[in-house]
Amino acid sequence: MRYLPLSPADRSAMLGVIGAATIDDLFVDVPEAARRNQPVDLPFHQGELEVERALSAMAGRNRTAGQGPFFCGAGAYRHHVPATVDHIIQRSEFLTSYTPYQPEIAQGTLQYLFEFQTQVAALTGMEVANASMYDGSTATAEAVMMAARVTRRGKAVLSGGLHPHYARTVETLAKVAGVEVQRLDGAIDGEAAVLEAIDGGTACVVVQTPNLFGTVTDVSAIAAAAQAKGALLIVVVTEVVSLGLLKSPGEMGADIVVAEGQSIGNALNFGGPYVGLFAAREKYVRQMPGRLCGETVDADGRRGLVLTLSTREQHIRRDKATSNICTNSGLCALAFTIHMSLLGEVGLRRLAAINHAKARDLRDGLMTVPGVEILTERFFNELAIRVPADAAALVETLAGQGILAGVPVSRLSPKGGMDDVLLVCATETTTSSDIAALVAALKGAF
Amino acid sequence: MSMNNIGRPTRPALVATLPGAVPATLGGGRGLLQDEALIFERDGWDSSGVDLPEPSRDASGLGDLVRTAPIGLPGLSEPEAMRHYVRLSQKNHAIDLALYPLGSCTMKHNPRLNEKMARLPGFADVHPLQPQSTVQGALELMDQLAHWLMTLTGMSAVAMSPKAGAHGELCGLLAIRAAHEARGDARKRVLVPTSAHGTNPATAAFVGYEVEEIAQTADGRVDIADLAAKLGPDVAAIMVTNPNTCGLFERDVIEIAELVHAAGAYFYCDGANFNAIVGRVRPGDLGVDAMHINLHKTFSTPHGGGGPGSGPVVLSAALAPFAPTPFVVNRGESYELVEYREGEAAQAFGRLCAFHGQMGMYVRALSYMLSHGADGLKQVAEDAVLNANYIKARLSGVMSAAFEGPCMHEALFDDHWLEGTGITTLDFAKAMIDEGFHPMTMYFPLVVHGAMLIEPTETESKAELDRFCDVLLLLAQAAKAGDVERFKGAPFHAPLRRLDETLAARKPRLRWRPQASAGVAAE
Amino acid sequence: MFFTKDHEWIKVDGDVATVGISAYAAEQLGDVVFVEVPDLGKVLAAGDGLAVVESVKAASDVYAPVSGEVVEANGDLAGAPERVNADPEGAGWFAKLKIADLSQLEGLMDRAAYDAFLASL
Repeated sequence: MRYLPLSPADRSAMLGVIGAATIDDLFVDVPEAARRNQPVDLPFHQGELEVERALSAMAGRNRTAGQGPFFCGAGAYRHHVPATVDHIIQRSEFLTSYTPYQPEIAQGTLQYLFEFQTQVAALTGMEVANASMYDGSTATAEAVMMAARVTRRGKAVLSGGLHPHYARTVETLAKVAGVEVQRLDGAIDGEAAVLEAIDGGTACVVVQTPNLFGTVTDVSAIAAAAQAKGALLIVVVTEVVSLGLLKSPGEMGADIVVAEGQSIGNALNFGGPYVGLFAAREKYVRQMPGRLCGETVDADGRRGLVLTLSTREQHIRRDKATSNICTNSGLCALAFTIHMSLLGEVGLRRLAAINHAKARDLRDGLMTVPGVEILTERFFNELAIRVPADAAALVETLAGQGILAGVPVSRLSPKGGMDDVLLVCATETTTSSDIAALVAALKGAF
Repeated sequence: MSMNNIGRPTRPALVATLPGAVPATLGGGRGLLQDEALIFERDGWDSSGVDLPEPSRDASGLGDLVRTAPIGLPGLSEPEAMRHYVRLSQKNHAIDLALYPLGSCTMKHNPRLNEKMARLPGFADVHPLQPQSTVQGALELMDQLAHWLMTLTGMSAVAMSPKAGAHGELCGLLAIRAAHEARGDARKRVLVPTSAHGTNPATAAFVGYEVEEIAQTADGRVDIADLAAKLGPDVAAIMVTNPNTCGLFERDVIEIAELVHAAGAYFYCDGANFNAIVGRVRPGDLGVDAMHINLHKTFSTPHGGGGPGSGPVVLSAALAPFAPTPFVVNRGESYELVEYREGEAAQAFGRLCAFHGQMGMYVRALSYMLSHGADGLKQVAEDAVLNANYIKARLSGVMSAAFEGPCMHEALFDDHWLEGTGITTLDFAKAMIDEGFHPMTMYFPLVVHGAMLIEPTETESKAELDRFCDVLLLLAQAAKAGDVERFKGAPFHAPLRRLDETLAARKPRLRWRPQASAGVAAE
Repeated sequence: MFFTKDHEWIKVDGDVATVGISAYAAEQLGDVVFVEVPDLGKVLAAGDGLAVVESVKAASDVYAPVSGEVVEANGDLAGAPERVNADPEGAGWFAKLKIADLSQLEGLMDRAAYDAFLASL
């Protein structure tokens, strides 16, 4: 077997050193009833070629985003990732290392994490950021728990523009943590509706911008209202490229910012692995979940980096930890950092401007389709439209014509009363002929 | 004949160099090791490594929502970026470089075929919310991986979406809580052995349970008498790692399961060490109700400097109805992703994350499983256990093993053998760095004084194990011979010397800020 | 000054007690990097968590030796946690309690008894 270096001769020599007659002698502690000396009922080993064939066949049964016009977003975005990114993250020293527990021989990982934390803080306009979470949705749930700890209150208000999967992730954890969740009805442009729901028992309000329907919102007034009542404002960003064009949540007064970082450096991957960004005001740092990398010096006085403030974490604090998270999204964070370093401020701003311009082109095209109504007024690269049909059925029909037309809201909120609403997204990868193809197909569909 | 031998000496001049008399370099570099500033210190505020066209439209419709202030993100041209990150990479230890025997972390070889497969556009360039008719291959892959996991564990169901081991623990305990609640049986406590991973008590507390510790016997296993005494009608579950964190199989595991079930509680198994028994023991035969499987440990998806991982949870028939959404169902002619709490998902406890879990990791894990097959996976467990016992046998004469008898996939030593040397476990570990090895897991499990937990994995050759043991024995001799300096000052040969963690924690600097470096002689 | 078996010390002035951790405890913890002191007005029963003291690799709860209300907390520790190591039984104090029941002091050890207790460990 190509991944196992020991030869039969090695094995018997080693058993001799150990003083065991057979390998079974090393498994004597397993209760007899549970010992299996025959392999389980699964196929036996295969060579690279056979495995590659089997998996390629499965891959071939999926339609890829690059195969034709593609307009899906709703929390996962198709962007161009420079070739350099994937090359670097496959270097052995990054790919096959682990959490930097021994800082003397992990400065490579620690330095990119420190750069990542700084980039995320800058991008979100916050003071500190951690070394990543699993994804945007789990980061949101962790942010709600953190707000409950900071405020010692037990109620969270979620806007109707928050991604429904994020809201359900929050609800799942909040229920067992004893945090009451008030989730407002889905609304195209309704982030400000949370204002009505804030009271003296509110730990946090959670709003998203751009929200599920693509609407961009100035959350300054929400921040002020929440903070006036002692609650924290959590701002969720699912399309992080938008921060190259839009005011940062920090500038608008957010207390905690969480984001899905997939758009930068990471492929669609059918939903994962992605990378959660988590940033906050510095005064709350001891209530933050996850790993933090910090600066210090070595025995010779040279600058170095270490994991720090670890007493918040499970391996030390155990049942009093801020979170149970251990492994996070290290390599996806590296991909994010490399891509962001390649873009730089100049590149990120331009990338964001191109995304917005493409979405305006898309909107203009869709306006020419009779029966289609544009629902989102202020958008970044994604907008909601009303179609004179069931949006899910329409998407299925267009998929048959080679066009992935977007995400029907009913896919995310089956009983949300928005069966005729479709989310469409354009990025730098969208061409004018893609848009023309969608417009033509829609004109033919009704 | 024309002769030109200028500048081509082929032998080094024999210059006698005294130990310690190596001259410092003038610019701070050290051969292949380059000093490397942060990207923020390079004055690249206007640089970029991408070429993008002018946008065709402006953002006039967004008014004052548009950002005007600088963001503070430097850029690098492509060659600069390549050098920056390659230089950083050279400051890392890696499995591909040498033994990385972190106990409980399972640092094994990561086959590159798996990387290649995960990057096939048919897996990598697929959106999670595409119509299900366009992603049948992806759903088939999830279904096939689920089949392998259920068959290897002998369990009835698997929740695929947890994104890492700790997320899997969360999934398991949420299912257990939902199962109790469905019977109107609110329970309060979760029992956890003192040797458990920190994630176990952290997860139980996160799910709203009180955590109570169970004692351990002198031979490193769960104390059944203490367990029996602490079980009661308010106990929701026990969380036991098996093989446990001392590297030992819980001999009484079936009896533990019976006791737990008799009390109306569930048996959660932390599957972090499943690699020791995969293909040889099915947790379902031991009475386990839920167990997470770290695909990044047992099934070799890369650790990537701390993630991404993946932590599917296998469930017993009793817990299966409470599995979270989404999950894949094989309908015969097609695969369906069940995403909402209705029909067969009516009792689902909820949702753990936005989409369907770590698809990229599923591809890698299945690629690894297909490569090994049922026969190869059994061999994986056997070689992992053999390698650990070999290390234990070779080192036990000099270092003190924490427990008698065979171990499973990792060998645990305590610091008894260092008594009187003035050298601690930490010092010993740092000296290993100088010898080119990554240290073992230290000071864990907490139940063993000065613990050193060595997990070689099955992908080490005998020659590499011998080299490792030879060096550890030399180090141990040096420690006992009073060569204290070698240990107290270590590492001497790493990119950096020992770091001041107290300073980092007392005065946290968690991001770069202009003019705020703590370094006195850095870049 | 009195001591507990959990290595807190308590110094009584009228009905107000100052609480900290003993020099022995500070030595055992190693470099203290953070202290979470209680909020003013918090009412504690003897044995309740009063503060959390953190070193790089450990977090330890500090318990109230007697019942009482927090009337002052040592705000200086936020910027200078090293005081717990430098002067544990002086400037490294954590909080002051208004004692609810003076009779609870009777169960505590004086220095000689505490030293004997340490010697027995």
